[in-house]
Amino acid sequence: MLENALYGDRKYWGWLALLIFFIGVGFLFYLQQLSYGLGITGLSRDVTWGFYIAQFTFLVGVAASAVMVVLPYYLHNYKAFGKLTILGEFLAIASVTMCLLFIMVDLGQPSRAVNMILHPTPRSILFWDMVVLNGYLFLNVLISRVTLNAERKGIAPPKWIKPIILLSIPWAVSIHTVTAFIYCGLGARPFWLTAILAPRFLASAFAAGPALLILLCLVIRRFTKFDPGKEPIQKLAEIVAYAMAANIFFVALELFTALYSSMPEHTIHFRYLFFGIEGANSLAPWMWFCEIVGIASLILLLIPKFRRDENILTAACIGVFISLWIDKGLAMVVAGFVPSPLGKVTEYAPTFPELMISLGIYAFGFFLITIFYKIALSVRKELPN
Amino acid sequence: MGVDRRGFFKIAGLSTLAGMAGKTSMDALAQGESRFAPNPEALHGKRWAMVVDMEKCKSKEGCKDCILACHQVHNVPDFGNPKDEVKWIWKEQYHHAFPSQENEYIKDDLKHANVLVFCNHCDNPPCVRVCPTQATWDRKDGIVMMDWHRCIGCRYCIAACPYGSRSFNWRDPRGVDEEEESFIKETNPEFPTRTRGVVEKCTFCDERLAQGLLPACVEACTEGCLKFGDLEDPESEVRKLLAERFSIRRKPELGTQPEVYYLV
Ligand code: SF4
Ligand code: SF4
Repeated sequence: MLENALYGDRKYWGWLALLIFFIGVGFLFYLQQLSYGLGITGLSRDVTWGFYIAQFTFLVGVAASAVMVVLPYYLHNYKAFGKLTILGEFLAIASVTMCLLFIMVDLGQPSRAVNMILHPTPRSILFWDMVVLNGYLFLNVLISRVTLNAERKGIAPPKWIKPIILLSIPWAVSIHTVTAFIYCGLGARPFWLTAILAPRFLASAFAAGPALLILLCLVIRRFTKFDPGKEPIQKLAEIVAYAMAANIFFVALELFTALYSSMPEHTIHFRYLFFGIEGANSLAPWMWFCEIVGIASLILLLIPKFRRDENILTAACIGVFISLWIDKGLAMVVAGFVPSPLGKVTEYAPTFPELMISLGIYAFGFFLITIFYKIALSVRKELPN
Repeated sequence: MGVDRRGFFKIAGLSTLAGMAGKTSMDALAQGESRFAPNPEALHGKRWAMVVDMEKCKSKEGCKDCILACHQVHNVPDFGNPKDEVKWIWKEQYHHAFPSQENEYIKDDLKHANVLVFCNHCDNPPCVRVCPTQATWDRKDGIVMMDWHRCIGCRYCIAACPYGSRSFNWRDPRGVDEEEESFIKETNPEFPTRTRGVVEKCTFCDERLAQGLLPACVEACTEGCLKFGDLEDPESEVRKLLAERFSIRRKPELGTQPEVYYLV
């Protein structure tokens, strides 16, 4: 089965070569980070988590969103998603792998990472995050292997895999909930100290993940004989619309509580995000862009006429994805640190090496997605010869 | 358990250092012996705490004696910029040290006071709660300790500490800057240096308590602003001070139970 990844046309190999190039560049910068220390990033004494941890958080969401194709197919017997479940699971595998890599590059002493296993500490949420993320990775590897193998042989998947697939549904919810708990259990950081964080994480994940899946489907349809069909794409678009609506609603709830109560430690972070404080406002343009694009995309998705037009749908999905990436992959983590618990304002911006290392990890993720999808499509003989 | 393990590291570390310093074998042996047996002079407490007398402290404008003493004896590196800064004890403006005590019209000297801040050795420490490796833990005597050999540098503890007490080694503290100047000006061979990528903070001078000495900052203060003692002991000076005078703590509303008290 795996050998299918080894045959491909020039476009396939060219794309892989490009990705490998970026992986290599990222790796070189990582070596530099190892020798200099994390000071090579834009992080500082006051802003101690940044781009890496934000990407990790965002990608946990993308990984969890596989449940949005698995659940309708297996629980509601929604057959139209039959072709998509494997793509969702492969997307999850690639995303969790990227998550783990982002955690690794963020560690000050990566060679000691095993200490988390040698000294397991259940009171730490990071411990549970390690457990659920690795568990989710394992579940998805197992499920996709077994189901794809059955498909290749033209037989039904073995019965024992069904309960495991069902288990993967709450498990997907758990990975993003636990990731939210990393943040929302800290009295020191009022910005994250809100019960809506986990639901908001889930809503934004269930919008961003399926939006990405739609885009991926449209891309592979252009290059292969693979056609998921109109119906499942439209169904996914509806899911994106609902989830995005829920996400924007949750943001509004959060804003109301913070602004109406007018408690300084809750409002100040939003003020920083949207207007800046003490002249520090580097995130403000991003935030306005994020909110405007988010709402505009939601409107496009809500109106059936627009949603059914594939060009508009593509634009709306790109909009949703970018908006949520800014929200979670840029602003959410950093805003927790600005201002600091002592009320000091230190701004953060990722440095070039930091961005290149991140790009390398993303390239690795796309590398995995490419060969996984290649394998899946080869098994189904949906590739041009 | 943690105490023992750390004790072991100290013995191992000190015997190596003793060897490196070229002491006579007899000296080294003598020192080694006294390290293995608990030092009879060691200070013991059930709940160590610090009382900072802000009235006295402000009398000596710009004084940094305690800060310099601490950072010197603990090999705290000076990277020369706020981004990479590592500090165990420092002075903070009143409204930064006590952000919830905001009040425009308080006494002028308080409003403009520079408050001495360091790890509060919280009784309910959020930093300990979140650490995934128990590299930071609370000892029976109330000290929140750090194991620099176990820390993986995830910085979760920094996110959890409401007081900014923790610093991360963004660079190699044993290294040198562009002008080949060491980040640690004068290394104290009696105390370990750290590696890059780990978190560090004030430890209430556990190493000095074990030798029967008061924390370095307390000893360095010529004005007697810093009082260190055991809160469980009703006869201790800290208990008496707290009973007599009005004191505040930093962000008590968070439930961390800070063990550093400020007399105002
Ligand atoms: S002051 Fe901060 S580092 Fe010190 S014990 Fe309390 S939470 Fe932990
Ligand atoms: S940085 Fe070190 S001490 Fe802090 S939580 Fe992580 S492992 Fe524990």
